[in-house]
Amino acid sequence: MSQSTGMPGEMNRRQLLRRIGLTALAAGPGAGLLSACATAGSGGADARTPATPAATAATSAANPLGVDPKKPLEVVIFNGGNGDGYATGLHQPLYRKAYPQAEIKHVPTQKIGTQLRPRFVSGDVPDVVNNSGPEALDMAALAAEGHLADLTALFDAPSIDDPGKKVRDTLVGGVQENSLIDGVPHVLNYTVAHRALWYNAKLFAAKGWTVPKTWDAFLALGEEAKKAGITLFAYPGQVGPFYQVWNLVYTAAKIGGNQVIVDIDNLADGAWTNPAVLASVTAWADLQARYGDKAYFGLDHTQTQIKHLQDKVAFYPCGSWLENEMAKDKPDSFEYAIAPVPSVTATDKLPAEAIMVGVSEAFFASAKGPNPAGGLEYLRIMLSREGARGYTERTKNLTVVNGVAEGLDLPPAVRSAAKAQDAAGRNTITDARFESWYKELFDHSQTQTNAVMAGRVTPEQFCANMQKKADEIKKDSSVSKQTRSA
Amino acid sequence: MFTRLRAFGFVAGFLVVPAVLYLAFVINPYVQAFQIALTDWRGVSRAPGFVGLENFARLWDDQAFWQALRNHGVLLVTLPLVTIALALFFAYLLNLGGGGASGTMRGVRWSGFYRVVFFLPQVLAVAVVGVLFKAVYRPDESGVVNGALIKLGLEPVGWLTEPGLALWSIIAVMVWQAVGFYVVLFSAGMAAIPRDVFEAAALDGAGRVRMFLSITLPLLWDTVQVGWVYLGIAAFDGFALVQVLSVDRGGPDGATTVLPLEIWKTAFSYSKFGYASAMGVALFFMTITFAALTLRVTRRERIEF
Repeated sequence: MSQSTGMPGEMNRRQLLRRIGLTALAAGPGAGLLSACATAGSGGADARTPATPAATAATSAANPLGVDPKKPLEVVIFNGGNGDGYATGLHQPLYRKAYPQAEIKHVPTQKIGTQLRPRFVSGDVPDVVNNSGPEALDMAALAAEGHLADLTALFDAPSIDDPGKKVRDTLVGGVQENSLIDGVPHVLNYTVAHRALWYNAKLFAAKGWTVPKTWDAFLALGEEAKKAGITLFAYPGQVGPFYQVWNLVYTAAKIGGNQVIVDIDNLADGAWTNPAVLASVTAWADLQARYGDKAYFGLDHTQTQIKHLQDKVAFYPCGSWLENEMAKDKPDSFEYAIAPVPSVTATDKLPAEAIMVGVSEAFFASAKGPNPAGGLEYLRIMLSREGARGYTERTKNLTVVNGVAEGLDLPPAVRSAAKAQDAAGRNTITDARFESWYKELFDHSQTQTNAVMAGRVTPEQFCANMQKKADEIKKDSSVSKQTRSA
Repeated sequence: MFTRLRAFGFVAGFLVVPAVLYLAFVINPYVQAFQIALTDWRGVSRAPGFVGLENFARLWDDQAFWQALRNHGVLLVTLPLVTIALALFFAYLLNLGGGGASGTMRGVRWSGFYRVVFFLPQVLAVAVVGVLFKAVYRPDESGVVNGALIKLGLEPVGWLTEPGLALWSIIAVMVWQAVGFYVVLFSAGMAAIPRDVFEAAALDGAGRVRMFLSITLPLLWDTVQVGWVYLGIAAFDGFALVQVLSVDRGGPDGATTVLPLEIWKTAFSYSKFGYASAMGVALFFMTITFAALTLRVTRRERIEF
């Protein structure tokens, strides 16, 4: 295959032609050009483009994905809590080092959806996207249009640091699982996040409190805290009731095993009316009624987190990004530490140490972009030791790459989470994926969670209402369905 | 003939640019929304599938849609009624409420100052008003209202978290924000009423209430009618305030949701652009019907002075 067709000049002409709608003409000149735009300029929207993006250059040991070293690359980064410095200061220089001739266009944004939706419609798509934040694009919809590159080639490629190892073998469990859309790996979740209850280790030490392992101990601590004028537990009801949705679902998994969540995600019959879900919701609603404060139903996440920092709340449900988020407001008297949700019954399937370990921060490469192989290569560079370790160093988030963070100076929250993960061992709680698969169901779960925690509906009604919505979604042919096996 | 053509060309030359812009950026999206409403477009494809009226059929069973409609119903009745009543009352006091007995009509003392105070909320952006009232309604001791209640030893009120109260709390904000504009609008209308009508009425011994009901209101009817239509259309919106103030986007339990919010969620959260457009089309027809009905029902004989 000739490489000359990949010159930037050619590129622009092809893009221009595509933009003015002359796709037929663009497909004319030369087989090389044709293969270069096999996925890019096909124009049809119905076509679910098959598997691997066409390689545009020969593959070699140093270049297993067949990247055309001269092709430009466009990277869109969600410029949120983690900033975009890790991309401009680390990953992009690494790519440039490997391919000095490639020009990289960096696009930081907080509005992924607003900025990219029209571009996906018109066909002028970026090569790598960090699909994150409140306006993240619907992955299932993108996959259905064939916009997402198949990551199989990436996972099977040799790791940059150890050519004897495949990339997939350097990653923590769950990455593969979570990359699948309709059975094909499309999404790379880059960071590991631990979700459970956060507390102030210094406050607990000062008061002589221990982290409860059983629900009775949890309630007893609630009594203690009440005496000290502290609310045992609060979640933000105005913006962010999903923190409590997570809590309810993960607790249900603790009681009944991860299959509870798998069933919920698969829209299985009776998934929400499972006794484990009912037990979890009953326990939490009771705790809220006894030791909660209804003021928090009207506060947003930032307001609640500030009150947590002021030691007005003992336990707050969130993920391990919390310390990063609140770094500016955190007083020295506060040290974030994570506590698994206490065991609800004596016969819980998972032990008290069980904690949710999930992957997040979605990245994808475009199948129809101008440089799909370059997109995959960029992701491979992110998964290298240097790329991942540097990311952790800069953002204080652990990545999905195994064993690259040793010796780094990590903040207490991340250290505490890593320790909790060690204690949990293999007993990790799986992530609930209906959150991104079925946003309507997820929104409904937030409304219902607020209702049941405020006592407007009973736990039984909660389960019934959720099951009703899940059944509706199942019957709705306009919603594309996903399944998971574990 | 030639000069007329030239004049036409001259006028057309000025009109072409705005007309094209209007067609491209106002009319065209409307037409497109009607088109998209008949498809299953999910926001990222180039060739959405045509599904006919399926999206509209779906609306019948959509609880969130009907809940939003019910909330619009409440808004439609209360927002114009309360706003116009308050605005009329204040405008009357500011312009005519001060004098009367002697026949010379003027406003109450300090009326210039009050005028500014009333108008102030109007110049604040809706988002600012939202954030402001978030602090006012805040459910704990840091809230403006609840802080005072707690200091007085009373239980704090969940202004926005009680399903029975939340919509009224938001309506109160809408009224607070709208009243100033209508005070100014009605003041202008009142200024246009000839003074001798009031003088004559005063000589005949009419009191302020009588003068308001028999003179001011009938002579102001056109303006009130315009205000009613504006406020009615505003009652079909409410997106920004609900989005900022309400718990769980239109909650609790959907008690404060409005159609624009449902459209926004359906399109941008659930990626159902086709269905969201169908909701938009429904909203479009409701707004138009309301405006047409109001103008028809409230039509009266114009009084010449």
